[in-house]
Order: sequence, then structure tokens, then C-alpha cells
Amino acid sequence: MAVTLFLPTVLAKLADGRAIESTGETVGAVVANVAARYPNLAPRLRDETGQPYPFVTFYLNDEDIRFNGGFEAPVSDGDELTVVPAIAGG
Amino acid sequence: MTSILPEASPSQAASRAPTAAALRPYSQRCKLCGTENDAAPAAICENCLGPLEPLYPASRRLPDRATIAARPQSMWRYREWLPFEGEPVASLDTGFSPLIDAPRLAERLGVARVWVKNDAVSHPSLSFKDRVVSTAINAAIAFGLDTVGCASTGNLANAVAAHAARAGLASWIFIPEDLEIGKVIGTAVYGPNLVRIKGHYDDVNRLCAQLADRFGWGIVNVNLRGYYGEGSKTMAFEIAEQLGWRLPSAVVAPMAGGSLVTKLGKGFKEFIDAGLVDGATPRVYGTQASGCAPIVRLWERGDSTLVPEIPNTIARSIAIGNPADGAFAAKVMRESGGGGQHVSDEALVAGIRLLAETTGVFTETAGGVTVAGALALAEAGHFRSDDEVVLCITGNGLKTTEAVSDVLPAAPVIAPKVRDVAALVAERTGS
Repeated sequence: MAVTLFLPTVLAKLADGRAIESTGETVGAVVANVAARYPNLAPRLRDETGQPYPFVTFYLNDEDIRFNGGFEAPVSDGDELTVVPAIAGG
Repeated sequence: MTSILPEASPSQAASRAPTAAALRPYSQRCKLCGTENDAAPAAICENCLGPLEPLYPASRRLPDRATIAARPQSMWRYREWLPFEGEPVASLDTGFSPLIDAPRLAERLGVARVWVKNDAVSHPSLSFKDRVVSTAINAAIAFGLDTVGCASTGNLANAVAAHAARAGLASWIFIPEDLEIGKVIGTAVYGPNLVRIKGHYDDVNRLCAQLADRFGWGIVNVNLRGYYGEGSKTMAFEIAEQLGWRLPSAVVAPMAGGSLVTKLGKGFKEFIDAGLVDGATPRVYGTQASGCAPIVRLWERGDSTLVPEIPNTIARSIAIGNPADGAFAAKVMRESGGGGQHVSDEALVAGIRLLAETTGVFTETAGGVTVAGALALAEAGHFRSDDEVVLCITGNGLKTTEAVSDVLPAAPVIAPKVRDVAALVAERTGS
């Protein structure tokens, strides 16, 4: 599945820009693909156990992935995965 | 800076907004990794994405009790603990809300004393959010921003709209579509760009995090968050001063994003460190509605991984399912020896009524959660008979009349005749 990963400004400088094309069958696979291509970005996407980095939140088509299986959530062609810093609001 | 608003001419801008030539926000340091960041409208660490907090110069001269007491009665009397060098230029009269003795609540809780810190009458927008917006609006002005904004469950919307209007700044305010009408009207009247979003607060918050990245606005609880949050400490400072420069043994506060509880703990510690008060940091208790209690449940589990929730409660002002400061708030509750409590919607409504009937304070749903939470904590044995407890009442009941309108007795309609009143008195009093 072809998925576009969108990064916030603070992380975009660790990649080639704000929008990165990736592939995978699940959110975790899509993220793993990006992490492998951008080693400096990788630790801000996944922690040492391979789980989502605690200070970012992943949204699959604007839905928080934690309500839909986290990294196990399946993706479809054309999906948008957005990374948003977790420290906001309140 | 990019803005989608029409730009004011230099002369218009100069006449609209306060100037801040001598106001400089402090630089910030990451709460997690310690990396120092220059003063900027940014709230997350570029190294680890952790939260930034203002870095106060260790060499700054702190005032004594007499110096503070001689200053005007506003939150700025504690300006050495607020994140700026120089004099603030806007929102100078927020703070110093009443601390009310509440003996009948003390009796109900089985403790020695209870006081109500009454931010239901905060100036100008009737909630504790005036405190955080006062600091944020000064930061925005100091950074030269002409537009501020927020993601809000209501009280913050009221505060940002009011403070921005007074300061002559444009504002963009985003709220969930289903907020109480009092919160919506209490925002719209100030003339902001008010936008209702389909979804919960957490959807609004995610959107605003993306907007701050795109438009360069000063979104008070996103990219100005480090400066914004420090305003909450003034509630702790005022409690200490209003008690006669001493600390209560416990405080109970509502939790939404968790920032207030975190900053109460920080504020008490700063006053102890400054030698202005003696003793231990009060036990800090955080309360939430059962329909959205991710921080209380985190405290109950005892781990450090917050599990987000989809809110389902009438306490919309604290209905944040993915609270940014949840882990930090739980840590303060644990380390202070306090704790957490969640309460049902029915209990929070009863809490609103109990506070009104015993103390003469009409609070909104979050205040009902605080009172009901305190009752539940007392029943669970968290308080001692010699405890002195402060309940932090953070918002005004006139904003959420829907919460109690159906449970209050209807007022009888009678003819303008003495005998009709006499009959009513006899009915009510049995005499």
C-alpha cells in the first residue's frame, strides 16, 4: 500500500521534507520503511522497543491510531499518516 | 511570519497593540533532556520533542513578603516567578481572586479547615484560564506576533478572546462544535475568529498543533505553551499569601490537560525554595469526570503510559482524552503524597449544588468535579481530621447552566398577593 507520511516542521529537517512517500500493510510497516531510510528521524518515530515514540502522536487519516490498533492498524492505498508532536493543548 | 489575515498598516498596528520594547521572555529548557533553547514561540524541544519550560536566571533577585504585599493585587505581584525580564505590558489586572473560608464544607469533609480558591470570579473571563492567557499574551506581544489563538474546551476560548481584544491582537479560536452556549457566546462577543470543529477537543487540539506549524500564529496552548503554563503557578502563590504566608496540607484541583496540577506543585515548591513559606509541599489531588479520566486512571495504575480516552461526560471543560501533561500531573500527585479521584456526572452536579448551597459560589462542571472528588477522597480516607484543604474552583457556573437547570426546583409562579406568599411560606416551613 502506498501511504504518505506527513511530518511537523521540527521533524521535517531530519528527512527530505514534510511529506514522505512510503509503503506497507500496517502503520508500523509504513513507519518502519521511513525509519530505515532516515536513520536520524527514526528515534523520533519509534522508541527502542519499536513502539511509537512517546512524544509524538500518529494520526491515520486524522484518527489517532491508538484507538485503532496502534502500529498494527492496517492501511489502504492513498492513506495519509500524520505525525504531530504530543505536547500541545490543555 | 505568515498570516491569512489582512495585514494592518504600521500605524494601525502601532495604535492597536501594546509595545514590548523592554519585555523579554526567558529562554527555555527541555523538561526531559535539559537542552536549552533560545526564547521563541516554540513549546517542544528540537532534540527530543519534550516540553520546554522557561529557564529562570538563578541570579535574579527575589522579593520578600513585604515587597510582594505592597504591590498591586494581581498575579503580576509575583512577576519574578513569571517568565519575563522586564515589565509586562498587557493583562495587568488578572489574578488575586478570593480565598473563601468554607466551614460547612470542612464539616462535610471531616477536616479542620477548607478554603475555596475562587477563580469563578477571575478577571476578565471568569476562569483560571485568565492566568495562563495573561502570560501567553505578554509572550505573544514580546515576540511581535499579531495573531493569537487556541484549542479550547471553552474557558480558554473565553480568555483568549477577551485578552486579545483588549490587547488589540487578532485571534483565531477553535472549539468542539458541541460546547455549552454560554462558552460560545462568552467567546464570540469579543469579536474573535471563532471556529467550531466537528469532533472532540482532542481533534481540535491536533488541528491546532498543525495550524501553529503552518500559520505562525501564537497559539497559546501550542507554541506559546511553555510561557502560558507558568501563569497557573500564581494560583499556588496566592493561596500561600492569602493563608498568611503558609501552606495548606492538601489541595484539590480539576484536571483536563493536567497542567494546573503540575504547576500548583511547582508553584508551592518555588515559594518554599524562596524561603517565603515553610513546611512541606501540600498533597496535591487531581480530579476528573469518570467519563474522561485518563490521568486519574494513570495514577491508579501506577505506570507512566497514558492511555487516551474518548470523552463521554457533561464536564466538557475538562474533557481532554489525550492530556499532554497527564504523566507529569500523575507524577506530582504521587510524589506529593496526594492522589486522584474520578466522579460520575451525577456526582459532579451534586458537587455544584453543594458548593453553592454551603459556600455561595456557583461553579461550572469542573468545579463540581473538584467538590465531588473531594467528598469521595474524604470518604476513601485520604484526609486527616487536622487537614487544611484548599479546593481550586476554576470556572463560573453561569457558563454551564445546562448542567444544573434540570435538577433545580422550579420557582413557583404566584399572584402578587401577601396571602399567596403566606401560603407558600407555610407550605415550605410548616408554620
